[in-house]
Parts: sequence; structure tokens; C-alpha cells
Amino acid sequence: MDKQKLEHLQSKALDIRKIAVEMIGRLGVGHIGGTLSIIDLLAVLYYDVAKVDPKNPKDPDRDRIVMSKGHAGPALYSVLADKGYFPMEEIKTLNQAGTNLPSHCDMNKTIGIDMTAGSLGQGLSCAVGMALAGKIDKKDYKVFCILGDGESQEGQVWEALMYAGNMRLDNLVIFIDNNKMQIDGMTDDINSIEPLDEKAKAFNLHTQRINGHDVEAIEQALQNAFDTKDKTSLIVLDTIKGYGVDWVSSKGAGCHSMSITEAQWREFCGKEDV
Amino acid sequence: MQDNLEMREVYCNSLVEEAKTNDKIVVVEADLMNCIKTAPFKKAYPDRFFNVGIAEANMVGVSAGLATCGKIPFCSSFGTFASRRCFDQIFISVAYSRQNVKIVGTDPGICAEINGGTHMPFEDMGIMRTIPNMLCVEPTDAAMLKALMPQIIAYDGATYIRLQRKKAEKVFEEGEKFDLMKAKTVIPGKDATIIASGIMVSKAVEASKIFKGMGISVGVLNVFTWKPIDEAAIVSAAKSTGAIVVAENHNVKGGLYSAVAETVVNNFPVPMESVGVQDEFGEVGKMPYLAQKFHLTVDDIVEKTLKAIKRKKK
Repeated sequence: MDKQKLEHLQSKALDIRKIAVEMIGRLGVGHIGGTLSIIDLLAVLYYDVAKVDPKNPKDPDRDRIVMSKGHAGPALYSVLADKGYFPMEEIKTLNQAGTNLPSHCDMNKTIGIDMTAGSLGQGLSCAVGMALAGKIDKKDYKVFCILGDGESQEGQVWEALMYAGNMRLDNLVIFIDNNKMQIDGMTDDINSIEPLDEKAKAFNLHTQRINGHDVEAIEQALQNAFDTKDKTSLIVLDTIKGYGVDWVSSKGAGCHSMSITEAQWREFCGKEDV
Repeated sequence: MQDNLEMREVYCNSLVEEAKTNDKIVVVEADLMNCIKTAPFKKAYPDRFFNVGIAEANMVGVSAGLATCGKIPFCSSFGTFASRRCFDQIFISVAYSRQNVKIVGTDPGICAEINGGTHMPFEDMGIMRTIPNMLCVEPTDAAMLKALMPQIIAYDGATYIRLQRKKAEKVFEEGEKFDLMKAKTVIPGKDATIIASGIMVSKAVEASKIFKGMGISVGVLNVFTWKPIDEAAIVSAAKSTGAIVVAENHNVKGGLYSAVAETVVNNFPVPMESVGVQDEFGEVGKMPYLAQKFHLTVDDIVEKTLKAIKRKKK
């Protein structure tokens, strides 16, 4: 990756983090930890790799992005607002009565959301269906599905992984945001899902494991996935919950959903109260 | 008298026929292709047929994903698994997401016979009808199923189809017209109305004939679409006959008796009686034994109808 592109993606990731922190900060509470851990991936997808067009959000030929860990909705909303899918002003309405931006992703409320999620474990099956539809219609769109590591304790995830592996869907890339924490504590302490990469390999998936905050590594892993024919790809993103904001990540598992003060978000976003 | 064709044959024939001109139709199975007999669809349209194995939640989710891309997926399992087993997937990935997925739950109630209590859905329509905007339909016989399939395919929304797999008792003639959203008057009546669905319709017709011999005019209204329910037809039956008996191969709690009562109570209260499973689990047995055991016989309908008429005269 050339230096200019690298700096652009890193700077976009910072922009999105600021929007997400402001969005949740204005509300005062929200799923900030798992929102921040996935933003570097979204920067690579939305500003470099994915074929999406804010002016044509329902384009049948577009790439699909399924946020199965639906509580990271604010991460997606931040990107979509920045890309111009809807006015930036709307971020102030997160979880307010009548909003288009609910806590969990809703394809019927938010322009640019490809699948409703929030009841964990369901998004990958839907992403598999989208990939199958692409094969039937001989379209060359790609489907990207983002799972949480805690979410991967849901049995349906493994039903879908097994089927995705067997169907050899080379138009589907699955990510696991392995931030190693869930509501009740460390994933390893509660019901470990490791070794994730070995499990995925055993399910006949083309598997990679990378630093989920390294935009260069993310882009390279995606390229590897695209170059692999006749196999479904899975990329384990080793991430840090709350990454990029010290007063969030320092809370550990407590940052899954936490309160944010006005002073905190204003300082991080460089926005003074006027 | 039984139909010439099994319900599953009519189901698959319709899918194969409609798919000739509608390339959106896809079939997603969970290892029960050989029970619902959709192999002819797989043979005709191999690229539009998927079998996810014994994984009903995944079957529903994959179907929802296909639907987001404009496909019209039909997926099936035994009614117990097609409803209870993947209720949240149907609720969230299909209905809440407003996806056009058709879910077929087979072997309704005592039709599960020797598969027994684990496979005997007395609650499937009850739980499906708690999902907002879910179309819930139980086709009665081959003639009705054949007429309804194109309408079900044309209907854009989440649908649960409660389907007997084997030969149904013939109630309607081939070519009879049906409207998916309207109840069907089988026999008009004056003294009471039996509102029936599924295997109970032919029994209600028999009961009506017995009453005719006694000089009592008992109508039969086939409410095959439980949701959205045909309120006008039910209110009309309540007003014109003054007594209603609901006959269903389902738990009366949450089932058709509940659905009809919701309409009757809100609009025109009249005496109501129920012929249905009285909040019990299923068990193994053949249909005649199970019908006796769960009080789903013609005699049960006659008894309850007399009771309803008696209450009316008070």
C-alpha cells in the first residue's frame, strides 16, 4: 500500500471514530467498545475495497456488508453518514424517539444497511443467502459479514460456517472481530472460542489471522481472500475492544456499553461547546 | 373420500410449474427434501435448490438472505421445527426484516402420527400468529392448495404455511375459486356455524350433515387463513347464526379458537365452543386413536355444537 493511501485510510478511521464517539457521547451511553474495535475494517471496506455507492444504495450489483454483531450499528452509521448516505446531522438522533438510527442495525430504517441484526448469531446465515443469490444470478458482487467473537458462541454461527465452507462461496468474506471480551467478562474465561483460526480451517474455510487495527494488513488479507477461488474466506481480526480511545479501552469488558460524559466526547472529537 | 394427490405432490408440482415463469422462486431444505418431496424441483432447477442439512435456523437465515436479493424462498420442515425451533430467526431475520420468505410446517397436529409428541405441533400457528404481519395459512385439500399456491407466491411478505403432507380428505372440487384473504363458506347455516380448518373441515361437514338429519341448520365456514383473519366473514357468521364452534387440529390456547374469539368478542359476542387440543402435549399413535384421545372427532363437534346452540337459547 502506498503511503498516501495508508495515511488516507488511517485518517478516515480516525474521522469515523470521532463521529462514533460523538454519536454515542451525545446520547450519553451506548455500545462504544465493540463499535471502536471494528472501525479500521470499515475504513478499508468503505473507503477502498467495497463497491458501494451512496447515491444508489439499493444497487442490485453492489457489494453487501452484513454487520451481524448488530450492536456495532453506530460504527456503520458513522461511515454511512461520512459517505453521505444520509445527512451528518442525523447522528444526533441515535436512539432518540422516531430515529432512523436504532441501537441495532435495521435495514428498513437506515439507508445503506444491508441486513437487520441484533439478535446475535443470525447475520452469517443471511450473508450466505446473499452470496448464494449472487451465484444464482451470476453477479460478481461480494458479501462481507462481520461477526463478534462473543457472538460466535451462538450455535447458528457454526451451522452457517459449516454450510459456507461446504458451499465454497468465494464471493463471501467472513470477519470475526476478536476483541476477546463480552458483556460478562473475558471470552476466554466464560466460554472460549479459541483456537478460532484452527476451527475455521477445520470447517474448510480459507483462514487468515491478522491485526484488526492494521489497515494495510486488512487490505492485504482481503486481496488474498479475493485471490482464493472455490473457497469461502474467514479472517480473524485480533482487535482491542474500545481501540483508539484510552478512556474506553481501559474499562476492559466494561466498555461493551458504557456512559460517556460530554467533556469526554468533546475532548476526543476536538469539539468545543458553543 | 381422499384426494387423488398427496398435498406435498400438489405443493411441489405448483412450485415447479410456477418456477417456469418465475425465476425468483428458490427452495431451501433442511434434510427433509425426501419428506416434503421437492426432489422434482431440485431436478428441474438444480441451481435454485439448496439443502443446508439438519439446521433449521440456518435454513431460515439463508432464505432471508436470498430474499434480500429478490428471491422468493420456500423452506420447509416438520411443523414443530419450522416454527418453534427457528422462531427467533423467523421473527428477526424474516418478519422484522420484512423479507419475503415462505416457511412450510408439515404434519400439523395429529397428522404427525407415529412420530409422536416431539414432532406433533399443536402450537405452530399459535406462535406464528404472534409475529406482526405474518401471513398464516392452512390449506384444506388438494384443490385449495393448488388454487392458493400462485396467490401465496404473489403475496409479498413473510408467510407460514401449515401443510398436511399426505392425502387430505377431499372437500373442494378442482377448479373451485379461493381468495387467500377470505374465508370459504362450505355449507351455509342458520342455527350455528362451525368454523373449521385443516383436517377438521371434512369432519365439520359430516357434523353438519348429521344436524341436517335432525332438522338443525349448521353452517361450515373454512377459515384457512388464520392471519390476517377474515373478520367480516366471522362477524357475519356470528350475526346470522348466533353460535360458533371452532374446530382445529391445534391447541385451543393461541390457536384458531383464540383468533376467532378475538374477533367475536370485539365485534359481536355470541356463545362459542371449542373442539381442539385442550392444552396437552402430543403422543404416538395413528390418526383415529389420536383423534379420539384429543377429542377431535365428528362426535366431539356435534356435542360442542349442541352445547353452543343450547347456550344460545338461554
